[in-house]
Amino acid sequence: MRGREDEWTGLMRSAMAGDDAAYHRLLKAVTPVLRAAARRGLARAGQPPDQAEDIVQEILLAVHLKRHTWDSEAPFAPWLFAIARNKLIDALRRRGRRVFVNIDDFVETLPGEMPQETASASEVTAQLNTLPQRQRDVLQSIAVDSASIKDTAAKFSMSEGAVRVALHRGLAALTAKLRDH
Amino acid sequence: MDTDQLIRTLAADNTHRAPRVGALLTTGLLVAAPFSILIFATFLGVRPDVMTAMHNPFFDTKFAVTLSLAIPAIIISLHLSRPEALMRGWGWLLLLPVGLLAVAIGSEAMMAPAMPMTMRLVGKNSRWCMLAIPAMSLPLLAGALFGLRHGAPSRPALAGALAGLLSAGLAATLYASHCTDDSPLFVATWYTIATAVVTAIGAAVGSRVLRY
Repeated sequence: MRGREDEWTGLMRSAMAGDDAAYHRLLKAVTPVLRAAARRGLARAGQPPDQAEDIVQEILLAVHLKRHTWDSEAPFAPWLFAIARNKLIDALRRRGRRVFVNIDDFVETLPGEMPQETASASEVTAQLNTLPQRQRDVLQSIAVDSASIKDTAAKFSMSEGAVRVALHRGLAALTAKLRDH
Repeated sequence: MDTDQLIRTLAADNTHRAPRVGALLTTGLLVAAPFSILIFATFLGVRPDVMTAMHNPFFDTKFAVTLSLAIPAIIISLHLSRPEALMRGWGWLLLLPVGLLAVAIGSEAMMAPAMPMTMRLVGKNSRWCMLAIPAMSLPLLAGALFGLRHGAPSRPALAGALAGLLSAGLAATLYASHCTDDSPLFVATWYTIATAVVTAIGAAVGSRVLRY
């Protein structure tokens, strides 16, 4: 576990220094751990595990939008697990259950019980459709069509800067909608 | 949208750099301060005998008390804006103004009383104090919450309460320069009630707006 967490901290440092590939790798690496913990939380609350992916995506969005609160001198895992725990509690509470989420659910996840497959989630998709047209177009182009910022800019005759602004605003709006819906 | 697609999208947004919470808290407080100062200048103003009052140690103590509340509250609220932060080990900072007041009350009790105790306690301005401190706090509280919204506190109500404490501490600092009641007994009673009101408002609003 230690080695894994040190690796995460290293990746996050690179990510914050502007290394997008390191950031991508980090998010890929933490997702199975988050997924396993979300499933366990749902199971304990007596909820079907098929909502785990919605929770995972909400955690990832929160991690992304709050990453400036991470202190690069501190280890990454405690910060990540605190956000994940908070989001998991929120999500379970919204589903109307009294919940107990143990931080160990994240820390003690073993590689064998981490589902690797990527899954689709309905909540982000549903909220995506309520965003303003421009933000939705940009998000869909980058997420679904895997277009780069540059290609997206060309496709919608926007500047790259405008695409970046729409992308960030779209992600922030999406997170707010997921939190308040 | 599947999770791999979401991750790709987040990585594409990695170039976006958000400012630190401290920078936004500073901005929020600086934008709010003129509104509080306007309330102060319009309805209160510095007391006319301020030059002589400065020679009274109990007048100066009021500022030590209010600032020893405001500054630790700012520090703790920034600490709590990190998701993994705990209150443990930080709460004692909030005992600073309490300790200062206790010492001041003790030293006043040992001096020959200038006024009977009930008069020192009730003072001439208790109603103003209870009204003016919360009124001047509200703009600052809004500014503080705006800044702290940028953070990720695990306990939004607690973070909101700290926003209330820091704005009440700053507002009370302004108020202290107006008020002619310098007895630590007065400060311990009325400033505390006013601060408690603002802290409760901060906790209530914070529990909604500081969720992330």
